[in-house]
This record gives sequence, structure tokens and C-alpha cells, in this order.
Amino acid sequence: MSPIVSLRNVKKSYVRGKQKVEVLHGVDLEIASGEFLALMGPSGSGKTTLLNLIAGLDQPTSGEVVVAGQRIDRLSRGALAAWRARHIGFIFQFYNLLPVLTAEANVEVPLLLTNLSRAERKQRVKIALELVGLADRAKHKPNELSGGQQQRVAIARAIVSDPTLLVCDEPTGDLDRQNAEEIMALLQALNRSQGKTIVMVTHDPRAASYASRELHLDKGQLADAVAHA
Amino acid sequence: MKYFRLIWAGLWRKKARTILTMLSIVVAFFLFGMLQGVNQGFNEVVQNLNVNRLYTSAKTNMVDGLPISYLSRLKSVPGVMHVSHWTYFGGYFREAKNAIPAFATDPRELFAIYEEIKINPEYLDAMERTRTGALVSEQLANTYGWKIGDRIPIGTSIWTKKDGSNTWYFDIVGTFDPSGSVNIPPFYINYDYYDEAKAFGHGVVHYYIIGIDDPRNATRVAKAIDTQFENSMNETRTQTESQLAQMQLKQIGDINFIVNSIVGAVLFTLLFLTANTMMQSVRERIPELAVLKTLGFSDGKVLTLVLVEAGALCIVAALIGLAVAAVTFPLLKVILGNLPMPLIVVAMGVGLAILLALLSGLPPAIRAQRLNIVDALAGR
Repeated sequence: MSPIVSLRNVKKSYVRGKQKVEVLHGVDLEIASGEFLALMGPSGSGKTTLLNLIAGLDQPTSGEVVVAGQRIDRLSRGALAAWRARHIGFIFQFYNLLPVLTAEANVEVPLLLTNLSRAERKQRVKIALELVGLADRAKHKPNELSGGQQQRVAIARAIVSDPTLLVCDEPTGDLDRQNAEEIMALLQALNRSQGKTIVMVTHDPRAASYASRELHLDKGQLADAVAHA
Repeated sequence: MKYFRLIWAGLWRKKARTILTMLSIVVAFFLFGMLQGVNQGFNEVVQNLNVNRLYTSAKTNMVDGLPISYLSRLKSVPGVMHVSHWTYFGGYFREAKNAIPAFATDPRELFAIYEEIKINPEYLDAMERTRTGALVSEQLANTYGWKIGDRIPIGTSIWTKKDGSNTWYFDIVGTFDPSGSVNIPPFYINYDYYDEAKAFGHGVVHYYIIGIDDPRNATRVAKAIDTQFENSMNETRTQTESQLAQMQLKQIGDINFIVNSIVGAVLFTLLFLTANTMMQSVRERIPELAVLKTLGFSDGKVLTLVLVEAGALCIVAALIGLAVAAVTFPLLKVILGNLPMPLIVVAMGVGLAILLALLSGLPPAIRAQRLNIVDALAGR
């Protein structure tokens, strides 16, 4: 099976002040469709940078990034935005819901970029919220929900447009043990039952254990890989 | 339309701030509507004035007056069709606060010149028959409940009668509908009676009103009149109705300049206030805007969302302000007569609101458009 994500000799450097900081040093990576990959590594190892490149939030300094059959390192900002809307569902550490919108309105936001009718959008939002077990909280605003519930809403928002790839940046980083495990179980279920390809950055080995593969990044280079059952 | 909820929610993120900003805009545009309304109203009044009428007064000062003997000489000027005159009587009904802007005149000639004013010819006949007669506007008659046949006392602090009394009695012989004309006095008495009965200042009128045959002859006729009385004891100044109105307006001040200065200062301040509100609103929402971009909103779409938000804030508030002004404007009828707020003022207001939205919304919108997702999410 052809990989859904393919990175070839990807380098990324930033200029901070007068200093050029090399973050990724020629990373090669392939992720198969339906895979659940955990990217681990110490702070500053380049995990989030790598995730941002895969999600099309950032462009590499050099190298090739192909996701869902599209070479995204060559896309313009506008084309990349449209590509993200079609292919990427993003889950953040701090949920990043829009505080003024209800849960259902938050989940609906990515669908505003589609041509779906209002009724179709409502239907999809309902299904997504049911899938994360929050149908009864649809009318609640983020500040009326617990951290775990907010992250579930964020997951519903990430999956509502049926993206090719789910990208998670420390999705349990702001949650207690029980909520973290519930969220991880939910992601695993999405991976296993819905076949969603997931790339997750985490510090937490317990969270990483839910993934089907674990990769370690150190000083901008991929180190050893661990396969899970 | 599908973005409405997103825009609306953004707008009401900080309710108190949005309401206060909206109130500022409402008040500013209310002020704009009223002041520009008056300004445009004056312009419209001046533009709509009759071009067939000339006004002749003393060259030095209208109050000095002109001899009544000029009447026959004015009638003989080529191009002159009718000549009447106004002499300010003033007066009040029962109490000084009930001021009556009464004028002594030759009613038949006057209404021949002001042909747009509707009056029953029988009332003019009655006026000729009744030396103490008075013609009043329907509005004034309604205000005081006067009817034809009523004998009413009009007090005056200027014109004492020969018998030493300051109260004049007039018989209402008719009414007229002045709605076709602008600011025509609402109360007329017979000049002959007034001139005979008063104790002093005989044989003088304040204005001659002249009806001419063709507006194209206005300048020529005016010049002919003034030339005729040049180097006399009472030199004249003859003007068209609009020139006279403009001169009277200039006595109040340069209204256009005053209005534009006030409105300009208000809108300039408002621009900073609104721009600051929008800037602050966008600054607070940088992570949220970054999330929208992460979800696939393009730079252009984010720019549009912020601009539409600024537009909604400015335009809705401006429309409320203009609507309140339009409702309140008729209260200024004392100044402008029964003139509705000119539509051009509403159009100018909407245009200004759009400009305000663009100027105040564009800087934060551009900032939102240029937002780098990675930096914004990292809080840099």
C-alpha cells in the first residue's frame, strides 16, 4: 500500500533574532494509510515542527512533503489552506475551541468551508458529536464543559469533515489521567473502527502506547521505531 | 450568510465594549444626520426658491426701510409684473411668549407674486373690504383655534397706535395654505390700515417684493431698479430670492463650514475609537484566528471576516443613528419648514459608515490576514 504521508530529506530551519536554528536535519518518513503513529521525543527535538509540516501549517526549508498524494511543500498559502480544509483534522493540546460558539457551532466551523447545505452540516455535526459521546452537550459553550469534554468537541471538529489525516499535538497534555485515557481510547477507536490515519505528538508514553507505531525524534532526526501490537 | 454566526459571535465577544462602541457610532451619526440635514436642508431651500421674485430693500440696512412712494416707480420698470411689500409688524397673541410674525402688506399683489400659495380669492376680496382684516396661515389658525370672523388682539412693543394703545385688533377674514412655499410669514394685515393707525414711521416699507416676467431678466431688472434709485436718499439693493436667503444664512455664519468642521472632528475621533476597538478585538483573538486558518480558512477569508465584522459594527450603528436623526429631523421644522431629511444625507451617511468600516477594519484585517499560524499558535 502506498504511504499516505511521505517525507524525503526534509530540513527545516528558523531564524530567531540573528541566529539560524536548524530544527529538522533531513528527515525521511513514511506513514501508511490507517496507521496510528506516535511521535515522541524531548522538548525541542522538532516533533511539533515535523507535525506542522505534515499538516501543511508550515513549509520545509528543503525536501519533499507528500501527503494524500499531493506535494504540499510546493503549494501556495491559499492552496495549502484549501488543501488543509479537505485533508487535515487538527487536535490541539489546549483544545483551541472558539469560546463564543457552542459545541455544535464549533464543530460546524470546518464545514463552513464546504458546499454542504445547512441541513447537511447539522446532520454531520450531530453524528460527530454522537461519535465522541457529547450529543447532549451540543448547546453548551466551551466554558461550560470540562477539559475532557472540550477535547472531545475538538475531536468532533477534527473528524466532522472526514479528513484524510488526523493530526494531534499533545492531545492529552492538558488532561488528567482518566480523561487522557478516555481521549486516547476515543482516538484509538477512530483509528481502528473508522480507519482514520492519525499522527500524534506526545510526551506521554502511556498515550503513545495507544498508537500502532511509535517514532522517536531527537535533535531533529528520527531515531528508533517501536511497533505496537 | 453561513458565516453570519461566526461574525456575530466575534462581534459580541466583549459585549460591553461592542455596545459602547456602537453607542458612540450611533451618537456620531445622529449628529451627522441632524447637522448635515440642516446644512443640506438650507441648500435645498435656497435652490428651490423662486427665481421669478426679486426683493428690494434699503442698501444700507433692511430695517431702515424704503419710502412707499417707490411703489409706483418700481411698477414702471420694464419686466416688472407685480409689486408688493412687507413691513415687519411683529406682535404677540395675549402673552409675549406667543410671538406672531405678522407683516403689513398689499395682500392681493402679494398673493399674485406668491402664486404657489393656495388662497381662496374670496378671502382677498374680504381683505380689501375689511381694513382691520387679517389673513393667517391654516397652521397658525389651528395653533390658536382662530376661525374666520374672530376678532383677535395682537400686542406689539414696537408699533404704538395713534390712540396710545399697543394692542391692535384684527378681524380674521381668511386663511391660506403656505405648504407650497418656504418660510412665508403666517400673518398678514393691510398696510394702508397699519400705516394710518400707527403713531410714527409713516410711509415706509421694509421690503419690496417684485414679480418679474421672466427669470432670465432677473439680473437686468434688479440692476435697472438699483440704478433708478442710485444717489437718492434711499438707495436700494435688489436681490433674487436665493441671493437674499444666502445673505440671511451668512448672517448666521458659514453653516457649511461649521457643520463640516464639527462632523469632521466627530468622525475623525470616531475613526480612532473604532479602529482601536477592532485592533484590540483582533489582538485578543489571534489564537482563534490561527485556529481558523489551521482548519483551512484562507488568508483572504480571514481578512474578509474581520472586515465584515468592522462593517457590521459601523454600518448597523450608523444606520441606527441616521434613522434616529431622520425621525427627529422634522422637529427642526421651526428652522426648515416641513422638510424631511434629505435623502442625500442618508446616502452620505451610509457612504461614510462604509469608509469608516474600511479605514478602521483594514489594519486589523490585514494583520489577521498576514498571521503566521505556527507563530500565532506558539504565542509568538
